[in-house]
Amino acid sequence: MSEIRQARKALVARILEGGGKASVAQRRAAFDNAGLAEPLSTLVDKVAKHAYKVTDADIAAARAAALSEDQIFEIVVCAAIGQATRQYDGALAALDAATKKE
Amino acid sequence: MRLAILDRGHGSGTKALFALIRAVSRQPVLDVIKLVKYRPDFYGRPMQAVTHEAMRGPSAWSFGDRELMAALVAKTNGCEWCTRAHAAVAEGAFGDGTKISAVLSDLETAPIDEPLRATLRLLGKLTRQHVVNADDMRAALAAGASREQIEDALAVCFAFNTIGRLADTFGFSLASSKAFEAGAKYLLARGYR
Repeated sequence: MSEIRQARKALVARILEGGGKASVAQRRAAFDNAGLAEPLSTLVDKVAKHAYKVTDADIAAARAAALSEDQIFEIVVCAAIGQATRQYDGALAALDAATKKE
Repeated sequence: MRLAILDRGHGSGTKALFALIRAVSRQPVLDVIKLVKYRPDFYGRPMQAVTHEAMRGPSAWSFGDRELMAALVAKTNGCEWCTRAHAAVAEGAFGDGTKISAVLSDLETAPIDEPLRATLRLLGKLTRQHVVNADDMRAALAAGASREQIEDALAVCFAFNTIGRLADTFGFSLASSKAFEAGAKYLLARGYR
């Protein structure tokens, strides 16, 4: 699985730095699950911590805040990948700690 | 799905592809396909490259082992859609559903090797609690999983912790068993690209 780190890096770079309908700042904040105003902060926090609890009302609230479907799409993708990335990076650090030579 | 663009916002070439898939498989197009084909330069293509490498790239884990990991992560996240989808692929990979049913009902008694059991336990904790520590890693290493195997399993976990969140947030519609079986056959034959 030698190409996984490069593939992950390309994915994260694309969603955060490439072109999009949501601003770079908004996508970054969604990825970090930090610094967003309501109603997006609730939606993004649910996506990150317990996505099965997301409801139609959460999406409707984002729409009512004048976000387009494309912007919601991008923000949710960034939120999901951000949380999965924190889990992955944290686990790799734990693995490094466990296998470090004394 | 909760965003209409994911159901109907695709370009005409992709809509034609969906019509072909429906005609050939005689099943509706699965929502996960609709998601990766929507503005694929943003999410679908780079994500499929990650998922394919995680699920089908070179690894000491078999394809079936990795599908067990995917299904367990999905179940731990409470994502019924992904659990059913990857239970179907695991069943296809192993030739029957015994292992996958056992893993999903009780990991501790499932008829699998200890390194795999310890690795699945680790992925379950990471998915449930979002963090693991060095002691958790030492437990998996002590059970016989290599450092490289753990890294590979973490990549599988990354992919399905992403996809499961999207399935739940976008509201994927549960498909029939036949549709999941058709999807599983495709993934076993062609991979995730």
